Amino acid sequence: MKTSILATGLSCIALAAAAETPVLTVLTYDSFVTEWGPGPAVEAAFEADCGCDLRFVGASDGAALLARVQLEGASGTADVVLGLDTSLTAQAAATGLFAPHGMTSPTLPVAFDDPLFLPFDWGWFAFVHDKAKLPDPPKSFEELAASDVKIVIQDPRSSTPGLGLLMWVKAAYGARAGEIWTGLADNIVTVTPGWSEAYGLFLEGEADMVLSYTTSPAYHLIAEQDDSKAAAAFAEGHYLQVEVAGKLAGSQQPELADRFLAFMLTEPFQSVIPTTNWMYPAVTPAAGLPEGFESLRPEISLLMSSEEAMTVRAEALAEWQAALAR
Amino acid sequence: MASRIGALIPALLAGALALFVLAPVLAVAARATGFALGPADWAAVRFTAAQAFVSALVSVTLAVPVARALARRSFAGRGALITLMGAPFLLPTIVAVLALVAVFGRAGVVNQGLGLFGMGPISVYGAHGVVLAHVFLNLPLAVRMLLQGWQAIPSERFRLAESLGFGPAQMARHLEWPMLRSVAPGAFLVIFVICLTSFAVALTLGGGPGATTVELAIFQAVRFEFNLGRAALLAAVQFALCAVVAVLGWLLVTPAAFGAGLGRQALLRPPGGWRRGGDALAIGLAAAFLLLPLGAVVLRGLPGLDELPAHVWAAAGRSVLVALTSTAVTVAAALVLALAVARGGRGAGAIDAAAALPLATSGLVLGVGLFLMVQPFVSPARLALPVTVAVNAALTLPFVYRLLLPEARVLLSDYGRLADSLGLRGWARLRWLVLPRLARPLGFGAGLAAALSMGDLGVIALFATEQSATLPLVVQRLMGAYRLEAAAGAALLLVGVSFALFWVFDYGGRRYAAV
Repeated sequence: MKTSILATGLSCIALAAAAETPVLTVLTYDSFVTEWGPGPAVEAAFEADCGCDLRFVGASDGAALLARVQLEGASGTADVVLGLDTSLTAQAAATGLFAPHGMTSPTLPVAFDDPLFLPFDWGWFAFVHDKAKLPDPPKSFEELAASDVKIVIQDPRSSTPGLGLLMWVKAAYGARAGEIWTGLADNIVTVTPGWSEAYGLFLEGEADMVLSYTTSPAYHLIAEQDDSKAAAAFAEGHYLQVEVAGKLAGSQQPELADRFLAFMLTEPFQSVIPTTNWMYPAVTPAAGLPEGFESLRPEISLLMSSEEAMTVRAEALAEWQAALAR
Repeated sequence: MASRIGALIPALLAGALALFVLAPVLAVAARATGFALGPADWAAVRFTAAQAFVSALVSVTLAVPVARALARRSFAGRGALITLMGAPFLLPTIVAVLALVAVFGRAGVVNQGLGLFGMGPISVYGAHGVVLAHVFLNLPLAVRMLLQGWQAIPSERFRLAESLGFGPAQMARHLEWPMLRSVAPGAFLVIFVICLTSFAVALTLGGGPGATTVELAIFQAVRFEFNLGRAALLAAVQFALCAVVAVLGWLLVTPAAFGAGLGRQALLRPPGGWRRGGDALAIGLAAAFLLLPLGAVVLRGLPGLDELPAHVWAAAGRSVLVALTSTAVTVAAALVLALAVARGGRGAGAIDAAAALPLATSGLVLGVGLFLMVQPFVSPARLALPVTVAVNAALTLPFVYRLLLPEARVLLSDYGRLADSLGLRGWARLRWLVLPRLARPLGFGAGLAAALSMGDLGVIALFATEQSATLPLVVQRLMGAYRLEAAAGAALLLVGVSFALFWVFDYGGRRYAAV
């Protein structure tokens, strides 16, 4: 009883505040919001002329975002969800919690159009290595499997890059995916719960290569003036991670949410993406891309439709588990 | 009348604790659409139980010679070594993993050393790596729990044994073995249950999906499948496993009956001969095993210290506040419960079980359940810090309770009747009997609770916003943004602060006990 009185009181305060300036709540992943992420610049630019208060709420990563949206259900307070990727959007659409955005998708390396989700950035998955320690990296999954190069990867059951790798192998090899994983089993030093553990182990010298993004070397180049890292080009092509945002149907601020989604594809938002989120902006900024973003542009881009990704996930996961659980 | 109400307090407390731990599981289950576990889940359950059993057994077994050596030898720096050896237990898991890898990994110190002798690299990844990591993390706890046991044997008993001409073997049989029978099962239980809920350590060092634990399966069920039924069911299996072991441990414990001593702290007379070398070896090996990876944490962290973003300090302040608040709550509650269980009587078994319950909790299910419970009433972000305090208090309570219980039993059997006949009760009893006699485990327990509360992040991740981030969350966010050097610096800060809190309480307890 006491808690509900307290809760009523608190929500009254919240309502009173809302009456003055409209609040737009954007649910996103943690690294977007931090002071070295895109969040602060985006917030300042959007608040400059929206006459509103933009609030970011962080969840740990893309998968946690979706779980959070589902946990909150229709009673959630968020207006926009930013940071899901295409491995998760079919599941997100199935919740029925998202509303159509009614906008045209920007042009990506592969055709992409989704009535509910609008891409804001993208990147290619790639294996990153140290040029000095591994001057001649494998050029395909098959070469990697045949070599004695050691890799560290992320678990597809707990991490979005891990799930991306699963989709990459599946998209490239289809029915042969299980065989490829069996071949890779002895190259895999270990499987980590998330991206940061894997990348940390790689930097400690525990593996020759790590699953990350083609833009990872650009981070080291730009932020650390270190050009020792490179991403290996694979002949099968590289799987894309497309990060999207969507408007929640239950939003109390639908116009503001639309305005944010439109703002998302403009210069002030897109120009901060490369060196804060370390991904390719969905709309190339006027000034072009920073150094290092052009060094590896895969010729073939792979991407499954979100429905396809959802359908093959269980099977691909079973193949992965069977091949590695020895 | 007053005493009847007094007797009710522990029962109410235990009930509230059980409710706090179990209600979130029910809240998660209530949102489920179906309950089913697949063969992969059962494989995870088997692996989880097996690795936890081996890890706990190895930790406690190795702790016996180390604790014994520390109990009967005196050397320069002994106190500092005992305190420092407790540090691995306080490391955040990811920091511990990277530290272990720096020593035992492919490019680690050990393999570089082996390379000098032309020996091939040994791999740390696999089931043995999981056990190695769990022993690294939990050996300090086992050593400290057993050491407390040795120190709780009244020095008069050792002197009596000496005057009767007992050799080391008879000493072991009549004094040390009964003590171990009463302390070791508790240590085993605590470590077994800690290892049950392990997740990042087991997966990262386990080398692949063969090392899937129940907690990872829960993670997957919640985040990728949103299958709350499976998550709740897995959490229930975890509780059941813990319950089985708790009952076994409970049956095995026989309270040692040494009788009262004058409470003088005397170092045992150390046996000479080969035992001297043996003790030195035990202490040396344990110190190297525990301190080398800690050295790696310091070395990796130092360069990152001047790269720390400004908000790290605010986060550190929040973490300390959270840790101190939850420590105050948990120490008071654990003392009440331990005294009640030591006194025995109706309901002691139930209270004992309730006090062990939080150990078996899945952090993720607890977080999700609490989120579901508060969300209809108030925005979860507003409650980030209070929820973290409550969760930390509940999750650290079993440790403090386990440390207090054996000594509370001794206290009661030695001084209970005397205190009763003197009519010593209430505050006076607490002030003149309980606090001085239990100062050592109270200080150690409070230090442990404070340090563990610093390191915890399982639950806050779901609630926290930028304004309420704690230090562990900042470490994680830095790592997620390529800033590994700054993350290592922040991790060092976290370890330093945790350790300082631990030291203050532990030292305070020992000092107060000595007076």
